[in-house]
This record gives sequence, structure tokens and C-alpha cells, in this order.
Amino acid sequence: MKGIDAILQGHPGAGRDALIPILQEVQEDQGYISPQAIAEIGRRLKLPASKIYGVATFYNMFRFSPRGKFHIMVCRGTACHVKGSAKTLETLIKALHIEPGQTTRDGLFSLEVVACLGACALSPTITVNGTFYPKVTQAKIAKVLDECRRAAQEKQPKEMAS
Amino acid sequence: MSNVNIQVNGQAVQARKGDTILTACRRAGIPIPTLCYMEDLLPSGACRMCVVEVEGAPGLVPSCSFPVSEGMKVNTRSPEVIQARRTIVELLLSSHPDDCLYCIRNGKCDLQRLAREHGVTQRVFRGKAVHRERDVSGPAIAREPDKCILCGKCVRVCEEIQGVAAIDFIERGSRAFIGTALNKGLNVSSCINCGQCVNVCPTGALHEQRSVDEVLAALNDPDKMVVCQHAPAVSVTIAEEFGMKPGVDFDGKMVAALRRVGFDRVFDTSFTADLTIMEEGSELVQRIQQGGVLPMLTSCSPGWIKFVEQFYPDFIPNLSTCKSPQQMMGALVKSFFAEREGRDPRSIVSVSIMPCTAKKFEAQRPEMNQNMVPDVDYVLTTRELADLFRLCGVDPAALEPEGADTPFGERSSAGKLFGASGGVMEAAIRSAYFLITGSELSELKIQEVRGLKGIKEARVKIGDLELCAAVASSLGNARKLLDEVRAGRKDLAFIEVMTCPGGCINGGGQPLGTDMEAVRARMNALYQIDRDETLRVSHKNKMVQRLYAEFLGKPLGERSHHLLHTHYHERNVLL
Repeated sequence: MKGIDAILQGHPGAGRDALIPILQEVQEDQGYISPQAIAEIGRRLKLPASKIYGVATFYNMFRFSPRGKFHIMVCRGTACHVKGSAKTLETLIKALHIEPGQTTRDGLFSLEVVACLGACALSPTITVNGTFYPKVTQAKIAKVLDECRRAAQEKQPKEMAS
Repeated sequence: MSNVNIQVNGQAVQARKGDTILTACRRAGIPIPTLCYMEDLLPSGACRMCVVEVEGAPGLVPSCSFPVSEGMKVNTRSPEVIQARRTIVELLLSSHPDDCLYCIRNGKCDLQRLAREHGVTQRVFRGKAVHRERDVSGPAIAREPDKCILCGKCVRVCEEIQGVAAIDFIERGSRAFIGTALNKGLNVSSCINCGQCVNVCPTGALHEQRSVDEVLAALNDPDKMVVCQHAPAVSVTIAEEFGMKPGVDFDGKMVAALRRVGFDRVFDTSFTADLTIMEEGSELVQRIQQGGVLPMLTSCSPGWIKFVEQFYPDFIPNLSTCKSPQQMMGALVKSFFAEREGRDPRSIVSVSIMPCTAKKFEAQRPEMNQNMVPDVDYVLTTRELADLFRLCGVDPAALEPEGADTPFGERSSAGKLFGASGGVMEAAIRSAYFLITGSELSELKIQEVRGLKGIKEARVKIGDLELCAAVASSLGNARKLLDEVRAGRKDLAFIEVMTCPGGCINGGGQPLGTDMEAVRARMNALYQIDRDETLRVSHKNKMVQRLYAEFLGKPLGERSHHLLHTHYHERNVLL
């Protein structure tokens, strides 16, 4: 991670017009826009925190909690919509108890809605950490989530050992 | 030379160069409805209520942002215009709660009025809005996002007038709402509680945290002695709540009404304004003579204090250590007065009537109590006081004027001037002159610090000393002055700052629907009181002198230090 400081140093003399590029870089670097990042960007650009938060929440791409170990993107593009992606999203919201843009308390899953994943032939589709899952159904989603949980559990002892 | 001739609804109207259709029409007495329009700010054109027809223009145009041009033909009331406005109201109402009966702004709501004026009698469109929780976390202001129509006036007044920017639009489209940074409660935000957002809100989405019921309960509690104080700026505005035009002074009538609703004692905050001048004037003289931190900044306006604590902590040593007149009165009521009455301070309920919402916050500051007994128990705004009067069936207009009670009822007109921007400065200069030279100013009126200009400066010769003073009203203007001082400006010795534009007469607790004309009328009412008064300087207030002789000792003395002074601290909030 580069850190917020280093990112801001890459924008010497930046004004409010640099806000969105900076937010993008911070998100790329940290995975999300933290309260600390908002405070720091505000101090450097001489912008109120409310303004930065307002701009950042205007765009869907910015998130305000760290990504989960498994980042799930749900396609809500036209083809997926026709094939029932509203149901897909609802299933995930119910299963994970989070809204799009949020992360589960255990830090395992985060959810994001995207306009189109470019895989209309596989609709309705989701991705988990970039891997495509085609033609998902309620049952398939449950299976995928279980797999993720199992993978996390298996990994845990190893992580502790290292 | 810069006149522009236009025609409105077939009538010739003379507009000025730079006018918009709206400003030209309003000056000519032709009403055009608006929701998002704000006097003296650039139009945002967000609400479209002000659309009119302009001959030759394709479609309707927003009159708030459309400049006039020679020969322009405008129609403000064609069937198309009226239909468009009606549709806008219907769309705004599509997702607006319709429980107006239970709304704090029932009868005083711009949206409700526009719906009535445009003949909207049924819900034409039904939209589903995202429900957002109320925010009652703040000490002074409550937010009800469900009633918000997103006109953006609160955001603009907070950022463009006050330079605080505690709130902004969050999210987008149908999910958009107004909130603080990170969507936290107002209590932990950079909000300074000034209430200017409440004054501009067209609906019930923003309002003060009310204490009318608590005060009413205290008034009906036989074990409690209920004491009130009223601020200098309340007597010249409360009449508006009872149908008078702006600028009528209801001082004596209001005192009479306060007694009718059951207050055991009615004190005048202008008395402690005089006391403030004795303390603050002495502090200024001491700082000047002993090389203390200058420029000294006034500390009467609690929104401004929080502003300094957050945004300019390096200026905390510049703030006068004097408590505000409200808190001085509170401290005296629960000490000197309680002692004199032989009562436990706990059995006294101290209520203050203020033009201000930030005073509610100030009264709750942890510094403002003695042995955990708060100096001021409840703060009512001018609006709440009017509601209390109506609730109790007391009409101040119908009452014979009465005087305030001893020992805190006498005041000079200098103390009364605290209600207008520049008033503290004027009162302070009058008394500082006496404290330094031992004689009175030949001309007590200090014209340079009067009026509605945002920043005013005066240089006054006091003996061999030339006192350079500046006055700012609205925190946007205060920012400008502080930035000058930060950048090295050295000549200023004393700066008065009032949080609200024009001072307390335009405070966040004053009657709704205030425009700058009303503020000017209220200001002139205060100047009129000063003109007609014989006691025009704080240091000649006999009761203040007696209080020093019998209780306080001398200005800046030990007892004063303990009761009337305080310290402020840097505040760590997300700015």
C-alpha cells in the first residue's frame, strides 16, 4: 500500500478538481475510502469533509468499508435483469445481511452492484474476486457462499501458523 | 442609464441592468413563487418553481437565473406556467409525508402554502422515497430527512454564508439526502448550531430542539421557582409572531406576558450584557496595557465559539475569557440570587429566552454549571416563546408594559445594542473610553460599527491610544478577518464576531420568513431604543455597580473570575 500521504504527494498543489482522481487512487490503494482518508484529503485540498463525502457517495464506484475477503459483484445490466438478477441480488442481501457497498461483520464478504460485467451470454451472472459464476440461481449462490466460507476456514490455521 | 425596459403580463416594468426576471418582478411587486431562491446568493435553479414564459424562448425559463434584456416580454401567469408550477408541487409531494397536522411547520410551511396556492387537493403522483431516520442527536437542531425536498438552501447557507459546510448532499437521484460527513449525527459533526439552516428551510425538515413542554412543566411545579431572562434581540422580534410588522419593540409587553404565563422573576439579559462590558472592557484594557494576546475576540456568540474551537484553535488565546451574557446571568441566578432568596439552587429553574439555537448548546456545555447544577436549565427561542404564549392564551399585544425584576432588571441601552452586529463593540468602546480616560465619549454613537455590512472597521482615539476595532457578522466574514490576522495583519486590537448575518436580530431562533428588510427594521428598532434612552453606557448601570459593591468585588476580581469567566478548548471534529 502506498498510503494516503504518498498519493497526495503525487498531486502537488491540487485543488478541488483533483478530488475524484485522488479518491480513485485512494480506493485503488486501500480498497475503500476510510474516514481518515476523507479527513486527510480535506485538509490537503482545503475542502470540507461533508463535500468530499457528498462527492464520493454520488458515484457508485466508491466504497466506505474495506472489501471482504470475498468481493462479490452482482451484474444488474439489461440482459441479467431480464434473466432475473433482481432476485440474485435479493438472495445475496438476505444471505449476507448486508446492503450493496457494505461488508459483513466478519470481514468475509462484500457486495457491489455493477451495471454490466460484459458477460451477457452467461446471465444472470456474478463474480467472486474476479471469477465469473454463470447463470446463477438461489441454490448456486448458496453453494458458492458455502465454498467461500469453507475456503476461509481451511486457510485460517495456516495463516495463524505463519 | 442602466435601466432595462421589459414587459411583464402586458405591463411596462423598469428593470435594472444585471437584474434577473425574478429580481425585477419582485421589485415591481409582481410575485413569483420560489423554493430554492436565496437573496444575495447566486441562483441554483434547482426547484423550477419560478418558471415563467418569455416570448421567443423555447419552453419555460427559470426566472431566478434568467437575465432581463431590453424589450423582453414576460408572462408570469399563463396557463402553461401555472400548470408547470402545479406539477412541480405535485411531484414534490409525491414522496412527501402528508401528516401536516403533526408537523412542527404546520401553517408555516412553504411547500404547504404553495400546494394550497396552486390548488393541489389530492395526491396525483405516488413515489416511494427511501426512509431516512430522524437525527435528534444535536443539542440545538433536529433533522427530519423525510420532510426534505432537497432544495439545498441549508447546504448553501452553511457553506456560503457561514463557511462551516457541516452538511451536503449525500448519494444521488432518488436516494439523495442531506447529511453530515460520513452521515453521522449532528452532535459529532462540525455543525455550530447557529440555526441559519432552520431559518431557510422551506419545510419541517430542520427545526430547533424544543423545550416548551419542559418549561411548561417547570412553571406548573409548585416546588420550583422559575426565573427567566430575555435577550436584547427578542423584544424587537417577538411582535412579528403576533402580527406586527418588523421593528416593533415589545419589551414591556413581553415582560408582562412572561409574568402572565407564570415566571416568578423576569430578568433582562441586557443587564448581564452591561456586566459583560465591565468584564470584557476591563479585560481588553488589561490586555492592551499589559501586553496580552491581541486582537481580543468577543465571546458572546456560542456558534462562533464552537467555530473557533474547531476551525481556528490557534485563536483560542485571543478569545475573551468572559462568559456570554446568558451564562453570566445563569451563574448569578444560581449563586447570588439563590443566596439572596435563601433557596437551594436546585429548586430554581433558570430559563433563558434567546434569538438563538446555539444558546441551547452553550447552556449544555460542561463548563457552564456549579456543582453539577446547570446555570441555565432551558433555552427557548423567540419562536418557542411565541408558542408558549399562544399555548397559555396570553397575547402580549393586549397587555400593558411592565418592567423587569430586580436585581437583574436594569440595563443601559449599550447592553441592549448587543442584539445587533456591532453593538458589543459600540458598548465596549463607550466603556473602554471611560475606563482608560475617566471621562465619557463626547459622541456615544459610533456610526462605523453600525449597519448591515458584513465587515465593519473603526478607529477610535482613546487618550493617546488609537483603538483599531473590527466587527464581523456571519462566520464567512469572520473567516476573512481571521485569515487576515493569520497572514500577519497587526493593527487590530479588538474584533467582535456575531455568528448570524446582522447579529442576533437575525438569529437562528427568530421568527421564520425573515428577509434583510426585516433585519434592518429590527436593527433600527434597537438604535431607536438607544437614541431614546438616558442610560446609554454600561458602566453607569446602578445595579451593575451595586452587584460589584455587594457581591463581585471588582471586574476581573476573584469572584468574577470564578463565576463570569471560562476557558475554551480545541475540539476534534471532522471538518
